[in-house]
Amino acid sequence: MTTTRTNGPAERAQPGLTRQLLKRFVHHRIALTSLIVLATLMMVCFAAAWIAPYPRGQQDLLTGPSNPSQMHWLGTDELGRDFLSEILYAGQISLAIGLAVAVLSTVVGTVLGAVAGYVGGWLGELIMRVTDLFLVVPAIALLAVILEGLGPSPVTIVLALAALGWTYMARVVRAEVLSLRERDFVHAARGIGASDTRIILSHLLPNLAGVIAVGTSLAVASAIIAESTLSFLGFGVQSPQSSWGTMLNQAAGYVGTSQVYLLYFPGLAILVTVLCVNFIGDGLRDALDPQRTNL
Amino acid sequence: MLTFIAKRTLYSVPVVFVASFVLFWAVRATFDPLAKLRQSTDPEALDREIARLGLDRSIPEQYLLWLRSFVTGDWGTSTRTGTPVVDLIGQALWPTAQLAFWGLLVAIVISGLISVYSAVRQYSVGDHALTAAAYIGIAMPAFWFGLLLIQFLALWPKDVFDLDDPPLYFIGLHSIDQGGVVDYARHLVLPVATLVIAFVAAWSRFGRAAMLDALSSDYVRTARAKGVPRRQVIWRHAVRNSLAPFVTVVALDAAVMIGGLVVTEQIFAIPGMGRLFLQSLVAGDVFVLLPWMIVVAVAVVVCNLVADIGYALLDPRVRLR
Amino acid sequence: MTGAEVLLEVEDLSISFPTDEGLARAVQGVSFVLRAGETMGLVGESGSGKSMTAMAIMGLLPTSAVVEGSVRLRGRELLGLSESRYREIRGSDIAVVFQDALTALNPVMTVGDQLAEAVRVHRPDTTAAQRRARAVELLDIVGIPSPHERVNRFPHEFSGGMRQRVMIATSIANEPDLLIADEPTTALDVTVQAQILEVLREVQTRTGTTVLLITHDLGVVAGVADRVVVMYAGGVVEAADIEPLFYDTAHPYTAGLLASLPRLDRRSRDQRLYQIPGQPPAATNWPQGCRFAPRCAHVRHGLCDEDVPPPVEVGRGHTAHCARVDVWRTEVE
Repeated sequence: MTTTRTNGPAERAQPGLTRQLLKRFVHHRIALTSLIVLATLMMVCFAAAWIAPYPRGQQDLLTGPSNPSQMHWLGTDELGRDFLSEILYAGQISLAIGLAVAVLSTVVGTVLGAVAGYVGGWLGELIMRVTDLFLVVPAIALLAVILEGLGPSPVTIVLALAALGWTYMARVVRAEVLSLRERDFVHAARGIGASDTRIILSHLLPNLAGVIAVGTSLAVASAIIAESTLSFLGFGVQSPQSSWGTMLNQAAGYVGTSQVYLLYFPGLAILVTVLCVNFIGDGLRDALDPQRTNL
Repeated sequence: MLTFIAKRTLYSVPVVFVASFVLFWAVRATFDPLAKLRQSTDPEALDREIARLGLDRSIPEQYLLWLRSFVTGDWGTSTRTGTPVVDLIGQALWPTAQLAFWGLLVAIVISGLISVYSAVRQYSVGDHALTAAAYIGIAMPAFWFGLLLIQFLALWPKDVFDLDDPPLYFIGLHSIDQGGVVDYARHLVLPVATLVIAFVAAWSRFGRAAMLDALSSDYVRTARAKGVPRRQVIWRHAVRNSLAPFVTVVALDAAVMIGGLVVTEQIFAIPGMGRLFLQSLVAGDVFVLLPWMIVVAVAVVVCNLVADIGYALLDPRVRLR
Repeated sequence: MTGAEVLLEVEDLSISFPTDEGLARAVQGVSFVLRAGETMGLVGESGSGKSMTAMAIMGLLPTSAVVEGSVRLRGRELLGLSESRYREIRGSDIAVVFQDALTALNPVMTVGDQLAEAVRVHRPDTTAAQRRARAVELLDIVGIPSPHERVNRFPHEFSGGMRQRVMIATSIANEPDLLIADEPTTALDVTVQAQILEVLREVQTRTGTTVLLITHDLGVVAGVADRVVVMYAGGVVEAADIEPLFYDTAHPYTAGLLASLPRLDRRSRDQRLYQIPGQPPAATNWPQGCRFAPRCAHVRHGLCDEDVPPPVEVGRGHTAHCARVDVWRTEVE
């Protein structure tokens, strides 16, 4: 069955292991489909400059808002801009922020969590108290303060969201490291004289892979939703830039009118993206730890 | 048991203090309480205010000054409305409390029932449908869901059936005295649904997993071996054992619900804490922001405390700590 | 013992499961007879199917399991009974003691409540006070000190041995005719093991219950059982009264099990502990013929690996499933 946990002292990732993981992931058809859909979505958005039917922000005030048609597959917004193109360009920002936040918070969280778990002591305690603090202080308040202080731009949004997001990863990684640290294979590695760094790099990290992979996918999902919420409320991405959240902010005013379709598509884009990310996360979890209860 | 509660409470107090200091410092560093005054041409007034607010002193000193007035109930005056901050926050608490109360109640009951059903009828059509719904529920932004609800459950029926009022209201809350229970409910349905959708989805996934764990456990096998009827096995054994972890998840998410409250109140124009926060933020109203954050932080701490106590009540193994 | 009434009759029991790799056979053609009042040991290593057999008797196998054959309690067929009928039997006619009392007892219910539940389920007409009194009484029977106080405690507040006694108390709550003990001592250390076996013996003397003791440990069986059935790879290989099994062993596998017991009276200083070479076959991949043949030192190709050996009677009440049963004992290892 699972291979990482059972055999002897040197629990390093064997070459056969990666192949086995890939095989299991591929088995999870939903995860695989999601990966394909997400990859396609990302490619289409980031290649918007070449693919989008209309240039960004090109207004056509004569046409004004219109329903989906052959010329404009998703219709046009109140300024006559092609909605499909707008969504693609906005997607760049939303997706980029989501990914950047996930990467940043995962790296910071993993490092701090591993240190807290492995080294422990006062440093570990301090790190844990700080994460406790983040649990108590209302997130929205912190975000508002940071963004007000630094001025809202995609970069500061990434920093702000990551500043809040690392705590989850740190806690999870620390818990995992604490339990791994006491396992026999670590004792054995120390017994043969392996240095701490070596133990962390070659023994602990591969075993953390599952937890990290799942945590990262969760981070991407929550970052995308968080950014869209911030932008919707008005203190996220600011014009002239747009993200799916800002598009929804503008679309909100059209609820109850015939242009309500402006509301559907950016929201749908977010829904599909996050859904795919979650499925991929599930697939990763199944692939890396099939003994876990499946949801 | 009592020592457990006492210890937990005692531990929370320093956390609140440290949090308040961090927030104080962050807010002071970011917002200028004298922004409006600086635009006026009276330098004396400016100096007077600076002295009055103690802004010329060091941050720790300012914090202590502020702390003293905060604890005595003097929360200052809002620069946006000119009314005392205490009143503003006090008035804003009631609508938010209603929203939060009904939201939690509905979310816990619905997700609990879904969890039990999904676990007991694992892999049935109902289970698959609910799982799919749950996945969608956590993948969409709550505010988008709220707007869609307004569109399809309020505005569209009003149009199509040519009603005077939408079947479900989406602006503000009424109290029961104003229009009766049904009217009260009609105002609450959409905001509560918007607030809790993500939580119901997440909690029911978690609850289902916890129930499945419990149903495949050794003690359930023992109960069946004793001849305990199925219904009792499900409720007295499996559900009972799943409560403790379920409560933990709910409590942790309570803090996340704050963000949801802000968004929900904004969309449905509910004059609660969430909307107060946004209004104060946009206006740079420092005097409201800081007490607001403290009040909310205390609420979160209390929630966590309740959760810890609840967990200890539900799982006797924890009490010996 | 041979005159006593037949309590449980298992005839040609087979259990299989559908798995990704095909049909896995856990148990095949198992038959034995249990008489009232006796203690029977069902012995075998992990994977031999002994626990499955017990679960089949109780009707507690997963719904995907395919069960064939017959299990009769006092002549009444159990396999195929509806769930509600089975529930009447479980906990009152047949009861089980499971291996790990820490996970087998509900951690959030007091011990008293769990005992009371066992009573309430089968005697709903009793009052709460009566059930509580019975709970205290049961704790006393199994030798738990201060039962009046302990009855309000939770399982995790007991030591391993005490917990196992609680499990036994739960199982005898309704004075079952048959008590199945599934590896009751495996999770305990040796001194506590002896105590638990003693408790079982006392319970049996007191109530006349018949005991089916499932274990992999022949040492446990030696002190307690009247009769032993040895299982290997899903089938019975030998069945005998206790003395003939140990002193007149008829099957090579049983002999191998006995030989691998560490003993103080053998001069084994310079010798390694004996191990039966090889591994039991996987449930999806049983060899043809005698399933022990691949590991047997006395195998004869063409004879042992064609058909599954039928039971051969080698003494009174003593059968062995071996094609070479008369001959192998004379061969040198």
